[in-house]
Amino acid sequence: MSMVLAFLAQTLRIAVPYLFAAAGGVLAERSGIISLTLEGFMLGGAFSAMLGSYWSGNPWVGVLAGLAGGLALGLVHAVATIRYKADQVVSGIAINLLAVGLTRYFLKLVFDSSSNSPRVPGFSAGTSTTALVSGLLHNPLIPLGLVAVPAVAWLLYRTPFGLRVRAVGEHPEAAATLGVSVKRVRYVAVALSGALAALGGTYLSLDQHQFTDGMSAGRGFIALAAIIFGRWDPMRAALACLFFAAAETLQIQLQAMQAIPGQFVQMIPYVLTIVALVGVVGRAVPPAALGRE
Amino acid sequence: MSDAATASPAPAPARRARVAEALLPPLVALLVSVVAGDLLILAVGQSPGAVYRLMLEGTWGNAYGFAQVLYKTTTLVCTGLAVAVGLRAGLFNIGAEGQLAAGGLGAALVGLALPAGTTGLIAIPLCTVAAFAAGGAVGYVPGVLRARWGAHEVITTIMLNFIVLAFLSWILTGRLRVPETVHTHAIHAGALPRLSAWWAPFHGSAANASLFIVLVAAAATSWYLFHTSRGYELRAVGLQPEAAESGGVNVGNTWIRALALSGALAGLGGINFVLGYEHYYEEGFATGAGFLGIAVALVGRSNPLGVVLAALFFATLSQGGLAINALVPKQMVDALQGVVILAMAASVPEVRRLLTLRRRAR
Repeated sequence: MSMVLAFLAQTLRIAVPYLFAAAGGVLAERSGIISLTLEGFMLGGAFSAMLGSYWSGNPWVGVLAGLAGGLALGLVHAVATIRYKADQVVSGIAINLLAVGLTRYFLKLVFDSSSNSPRVPGFSAGTSTTALVSGLLHNPLIPLGLVAVPAVAWLLYRTPFGLRVRAVGEHPEAAATLGVSVKRVRYVAVALSGALAALGGTYLSLDQHQFTDGMSAGRGFIALAAIIFGRWDPMRAALACLFFAAAETLQIQLQAMQAIPGQFVQMIPYVLTIVALVGVVGRAVPPAALGRE
Repeated sequence: MSDAATASPAPAPARRARVAEALLPPLVALLVSVVAGDLLILAVGQSPGAVYRLMLEGTWGNAYGFAQVLYKTTTLVCTGLAVAVGLRAGLFNIGAEGQLAAGGLGAALVGLALPAGTTGLIAIPLCTVAAFAAGGAVGYVPGVLRARWGAHEVITTIMLNFIVLAFLSWILTGRLRVPETVHTHAIHAGALPRLSAWWAPFHGSAANASLFIVLVAAAATSWYLFHTSRGYELRAVGLQPEAAESGGVNVGNTWIRALALSGALAGLGGINFVLGYEHYYEEGFATGAGFLGIAVALVGRSNPLGVVLAALFFATLSQGGLAINALVPKQMVDALQGVVILAMAASVPEVRRLLTLRRRAR
């Protein structure tokens, strides 16, 4: 029983950053803007959250700072791709590199370190089984992460704004004809996606009570994989996140047994995404206007 | 998704306008990155002039620094060419990092398999071909996925990066690596001489003869793209796939060929580290070189000569970071790389729009 509980708790903890990032990514992609940026949003959010918590001594200020950091990066991406019509793939890669560069620069500048920040106030969670489970209760970002995806699903499918996002992502010309400001909807969607993905990064740095260089470690790309595997539907993307997290947990727990080499478990999300794109399990069709002006 | 190289079928603009459209965006990007650099330098209370002077002194100002720039240029030319060939075909290869790493391991495996004492005349070409082929094999996969199943190469190359790097790590940790390290044993044959063997002031630098192999590859790529019918087909597909198709070009096969060549060029870069520098394959040697290759290809406007010049620029920036570290954290150049790409991405369509406006106004 405690094994199962530990497994579930661990899976949940690993899934939370994916859930935040996937929630944000779905929103931007459904509005027609490619989300290669999630990795950079997460890293930027992780850093600014750490900084906020460090300077204020209060992890909640860290959360706000994380949101602000993601919002700022999201706006940079929005201005580049919407105002200047920059290629969304290129801009996304630039945002990721920018996040890596800026966090490294300011880590060195503020803390004189090229690897990690000092310990900052965060949301505690231990590593033993009981601590793992009780940690879930002590970290408010975990329930928030679980709510993030349903909230985005509600936003997309049940609100006028969500309808506009989907319209703009499928057929911007038609939406414009009906008086929807394509640019404004996309600005809001991309900025929100930055903030949401940044919460995923915030979770990482506040959970570990410090920022380490490159701590997003490809999670933004796993979230993107989950979005594609979930065929751009928030709830299905969330299920993919949970599945990827469970695979990771299994790998960690099987590590001692050496049953499957860890490298092959690491490949799972990426292989499945390619499988989904190739259409083995039903074709993944992106929003029609994704990547177009 | 859009492709940077395909979006420019302007209706036969005059030669001067074309040159302006090609050269203005890199200049704008340079200007923006200098301004961003100034801000980052002023943030630590240093003088931008002093920092830039130090950067130049530490790179082009002394033999060792310059040789290090050449070493870094060598890898970047390869990943830059890889991305450029893809862009010319209207494809975005984001997988150069995995292809580069695969090329490095390919070269190392052949170098390890050959008996010690094999003459370089045989070993070096074999290892080089292995690097080229290993990268090409990795590039072939997204080509087929795109041509046969329509899976978009932006996503598949990103995903393949992770898959390939994990796979290489599995091969390495199986039984190849020296215990307690993440690198293989030294290759038995195929090592390339360092440039310092011919010119003593380069002593201590990793710059090596693979630079010449890579420059030949750049020239060959230019010849292939602009002077062969295959290259013409590749560029035609990049500009207008439908038109090329009705012109009798097999678009799918061209995509496969382009991405395989793209991967092969990235893989070739593996010889710089493996044959020229450390003489073993080490996990992580390719880190970052793939994304920088995108920057190099964009700034070089997908032109092989432009790619070589842009590689020189980014290598200078990267080596320059080490030179300025006493005044400003060297991490500044990491941020600047992002700024250059972002400014480049934003200024290409903006410059085109403004030039079109000007033409219409006349």
